Amino acid sequence: MSIFGGNGSKATRGFREARGNLRLTGVTKEFGDFTAVDDLGLEVPRGSFFALLGPSGCGKTTTLRMVAGLEQPTRGRILIGDTDLTGSRPYERPVNTVFQSYALFPHLTIRDNVAFGPKRRGEADAGKLADDALELVQMSHLAARKPAQLSGGQQQRVAVARALVNRPEVLLLDEPLGALDLKLRRQMQVELKRIQTEVGLTFIHVTHDQEEAMTMADTVAVMNHGRIEQMGHPEVLYDLPKTSFVANFLGQSNLGDGRVTGTDGDDLVVEVAGTTVRIPKSRSTVHDGAITFGVRPEKVRIRDQRPDGAGNDVKATVVDVSFTGVATQFLVTVASGTTWAVYEQNLDVERNHLRPGDEVWLEWESGHAFGVPVNDVEAAAATVADPDAAKAEPRAHQSADTSGDGTGDGSGSDPDALAVPS
Amino acid sequence: MTVASAHVAGGGTTHADPAPAGGARKRSWTAYLLLLPGGLWLLLFFVIPLVQLFTVSLQSGFPGYPGYYYRDVNIGNYGTALTEFAGHFGRSLLYAGLATFFAFILAYPLAYAMAFKAGKWRNVMMICVIAPFFTSFILRTIAWRQILADDGPVASTLKFLHLLPGGHITETWMAVVAGLTYNFLPFMVLPIYASLERADARVIEAGGDLYANGFTTFRTVTLPMSMPGVIAGTLLTFIPAAGDYVNADLLGSDRSTKMVGNVIESQFFKVLGGFPVAAALSFTLMALILAMVFLYIRRFGTEELL
Repeated sequence: MSIFGGNGSKATRGFREARGNLRLTGVTKEFGDFTAVDDLGLEVPRGSFFALLGPSGCGKTTTLRMVAGLEQPTRGRILIGDTDLTGSRPYERPVNTVFQSYALFPHLTIRDNVAFGPKRRGEADAGKLADDALELVQMSHLAARKPAQLSGGQQQRVAVARALVNRPEVLLLDEPLGALDLKLRRQMQVELKRIQTEVGLTFIHVTHDQEEAMTMADTVAVMNHGRIEQMGHPEVLYDLPKTSFVANFLGQSNLGDGRVTGTDGDDLVVEVAGTTVRIPKSRSTVHDGAITFGVRPEKVRIRDQRPDGAGNDVKATVVDVSFTGVATQFLVTVASGTTWAVYEQNLDVERNHLRPGDEVWLEWESGHAFGVPVNDVEAAAATVADPDAAKAEPRAHQSADTSGDGTGDGSGSDPDALAVPS
Repeated sequence: MTVASAHVAGGGTTHADPAPAGGARKRSWTAYLLLLPGGLWLLLFFVIPLVQLFTVSLQSGFPGYPGYYYRDVNIGNYGTALTEFAGHFGRSLLYAGLATFFAFILAYPLAYAMAFKAGKWRNVMMICVIAPFFTSFILRTIAWRQILADDGPVASTLKFLHLLPGGHITETWMAVVAGLTYNFLPFMVLPIYASLERADARVIEAGGDLYANGFTTFRTVTLPMSMPGVIAGTLLTFIPAAGDYVNADLLGSDRSTKMVGNVIESQFFKVLGGFPVAAALSFTLMALILAMVFLYIRRFGTEELL
């Protein structure tokens, strides 16, 4: 990008120029007996905004640190383009990190903080580059201050500028917005997305905030227990989760364990929660035997009487009603005793008349239902990986789809999924 | 409470409720009450003796009555202190400087290892640094006389290697500097360790992430971040070392390695009529150290110290 001036830097000794997609193949990281990252394979196309989403301890930060060179993988390789970076030191990689705690140098001014990288690389006009980068994050007016004199949000911008100024091939963001309050976080999400579009670098964003991941990223990879559970465009992931972990980590899902009893055209017929429902075959990763049925709370409608029709309905009892302004959230118990959630937008002129204890019927379109393997919940909760679960959901060796049109499919193994409207 | 009383005052009420006023007064008194014991201590045991010492340094001896003095403004005592004992001042500052330098060279790697590499051994190392304090300072210094003695392991090894031309370590400046270095080492280690331990490991990682190799990261990130500790450590070593007389007394020679502390001691206790000169020596040493420390902090100091 022109804002960063010419590419006239003397390369640091050992520095590896590398261009292209970031590729991880069979990357495993063990700390003693604990496997933090388990045989991870993924490819992030150059210039995309990629989010690694998962709960704490799922291995996402370890993955990031291995890309940065701050940790070395126990097994596997890390490449950018055709350049193998495995084993190289952090200062030899065309990769920069925005640390969770920002990690600004406390003894240097903001300007010197940002100029640190260019200076180490022998850039003649390091100061000018730093000024330009500070302008990009709108922090020029505070260039002479020390980090301790800045607020969290300001420090965060400086941390981004300090990494961006180096024009890294890959920019790593380790939960950079975690310490900010909600309003500032939303603002910075938009800002980061703008900067990424402006500079066109590959951004890898680690976060446990599913909303943040969905808002910002072209591709989201949901990680759990050191493995990628599912990867793809946020809309696709939300619409069609392939494991119950993804169904519950990315948004909320109403799940019920059942059994496939037959097929009806393109649909699976499933006995669940004391009723019979249908799931399109293309929306289920299981086609016979035990299955976990799922449907998103906002896709479910509440009816006073049993609806006529295809039979995607279940009887339930209202447990709790909470008014949230734009919507009303109902908690209901279905026949099997499981609690489901239903979100209903407050569209009716008449106010909601349902009260806890009322008997209702829940209805949804079969195209919104999905099926995932059972036991996955237990497998996800267990510390030792269940071999059956591993069989059911093969380890991710996937190529991220970043076509950006919302129809990309993470796995590439289930093309039917694309046909389903969301 | 504060808000309420401010509101009353702001409202221009002339007959304000006495309760908040009393509360405010009580609060402002608390600070002074808390300062009182420390302040009294400083006044009784620091300010008054210092003034007393200063008046002594200007006294003159009664002619013909050694050991008797009268109140005077005798600047000559300072002249004597500076001319007759210039060598001792020079030696004090040189030995203290050398000891500070060697203590820094030894302490920094040790503190670094404790802060970043020791892992579960950190507490053991900490105890090893502090443990000598459980024994008397004098006793430990006398022990060094055995270690550095002519027939001791250090001197014999160096003699065998032909690295000790004089044949002695004790009775030379080497023993004095070694003793000073040893005795003040913990005062160097602990502040440096504290500042390194406080340093955010992520900040040091950031140095590597931003293209600085190990040595450059140390030079541009780790060392500057530990400067408050380095400055505190060097001051805590240099200041007492410059005024020390035990090491020179026990490990040095009677002629060539005397420091200012030894002269002050002998002027006070051994030379009849030496009180004013001893006091002048003490004041001159204090002024010299203050001036050097001031210049040092001006040059290397951080905001935390100034």
